[in-house]
Amino acid sequence: MFKENRLLHANMPNTRVRIVLYISAAAIYLVGVFIWGAVLPASSYAVNYADKFIPPGAQFLFGTDFMGRDMFFRCVKGLSNSLVIGLAASLISSVIGLLLGVSSAVIGGKFDKFVLMCVDCCMGLPHLVLLILISFTLGRGATGVLFAVALTHWPELTRLVRAEVLQLRNTQYVQVAYRMGKTRLNVAREHILPHVLPVYIVGLVLLFPHAIMHESAVTFLGFGLPAETPAIGVILSEAMRHIATGKWWLALFPGLMLIAAVLLFDVIGENLKKLLNPESGQE
Amino acid sequence: MLLEAKNVSFRYAKKDEFILEHFNLEVRAGERVALVGPSGCGKTTLAKILAGYLRPSSGEVLVNGRALPSRGFCPVQMIHQHPELSVNPRHKMAKILAEGWTPDADTLRALGIESAWLSRWPNELSGGELQRFCIARALAPQTKFLICDEISAMLDVITQAQIWELLLNIAAKRNLGLLVVTHNMALAERVCERMVRCDDGA
Repeated sequence: MFKENRLLHANMPNTRVRIVLYISAAAIYLVGVFIWGAVLPASSYAVNYADKFIPPGAQFLFGTDFMGRDMFFRCVKGLSNSLVIGLAASLISSVIGLLLGVSSAVIGGKFDKFVLMCVDCCMGLPHLVLLILISFTLGRGATGVLFAVALTHWPELTRLVRAEVLQLRNTQYVQVAYRMGKTRLNVAREHILPHVLPVYIVGLVLLFPHAIMHESAVTFLGFGLPAETPAIGVILSEAMRHIATGKWWLALFPGLMLIAAVLLFDVIGENLKKLLNPESGQE
Repeated sequence: MLLEAKNVSFRYAKKDEFILEHFNLEVRAGERVALVGPSGCGKTTLAKILAGYLRPSSGEVLVNGRALPSRGFCPVQMIHQHPELSVNPRHKMAKILAEGWTPDADTLRALGIESAWLSRWPNELSGGELQRFCIARALAPQTKFLICDEISAMLDVITQAQIWELLLNIAAKRNLGLLVVTHNMALAERVCERMVRCDDGA
């Protein structure tokens, strides 16, 4: 059985090498889009009524829209904006998740019950409704979307972290540490955080695609970023008005770019999970 | 120094049967007491109660007439049956030792711990080697009583003999009280001065 296995994999790089390749390819695309979008001058996607509705071609790679704006540069800028919001939102969200998860498992009792109730409340409501409500109350715009996405994505991670900590808290070596006079804070820093960190990092990376998708969704529905900011959600909702008249490129390319970004984050997350898990880390 | 268990009873929940009922025990400083009994009679449970890992359902555990401290370094330290579970697999041995105290070179030499082992991970050491670290960690200066819960059951006889000789030497030097939990009668007779039985309802 071992022999067959070895023959099968003889000419392939091992999982570790393949994972590193995937991750660097994904990272190059995402960081590239992010930096390019950040330094792109506004003139490159400026309004120019002379070039309305030009289909994709050599001059305009992704075509132009109803105001003659170059869709390619607009997409890059839009995705870059979405990435920033997604990044910030998932960072805030994951920190909330980590803190609540660890403290609810360590403190326990009524606090634990309260946190679990909040988690259930958040998970029980339809995500999109909650997002729209929060974004709307905070006055829409970038802050509205950011907080809406940040405040709705912590429950899954909180649950994961809490379960890890609960299991860890009852291990013999943690019990021994307590009997050796270590305080709760010390045990949390020395034993619990280092164990939870891999779970946290994977959770953080897997949060990105969710955050970006939801940011686009809220913006698409008109409760997020204002129309003048290039963002994937804005672009897609404008494209909806023209798709019936055969302007297919307005929706197709931005949609593809969004899906590519989301899938790449997913690839990074899933592969990190394999690398950091000791059961499969040596493959 | 005196470690006492007074009328200790234990059960996990109100509806459960008692695992221990009205158990009494005394260990003096410098004394070596064996706790023997068949499997499942509650030896480890009693050991955990004495070392403060579990609270008795009724009765009390006293050190010099005072209740065991619930925080801070516990003067009653327990060495567990499975050393590989008592060390954090993500810490190196030096860090694991430092959790109890910083042992001097003499103690380490006495326990047969080589300095090269200090920079290793727990999974790079054998059970016997790990157990020496667990013993060294529990021997901090504040420790007055040691509870050894089957600490040599998984070792080969040569290592068993070595570890016990080292431990008895140190215990005699520091006037520690030892409670040796075992079901090996030969070991109990060889190591201890006095034997306490832990039969059903003893």
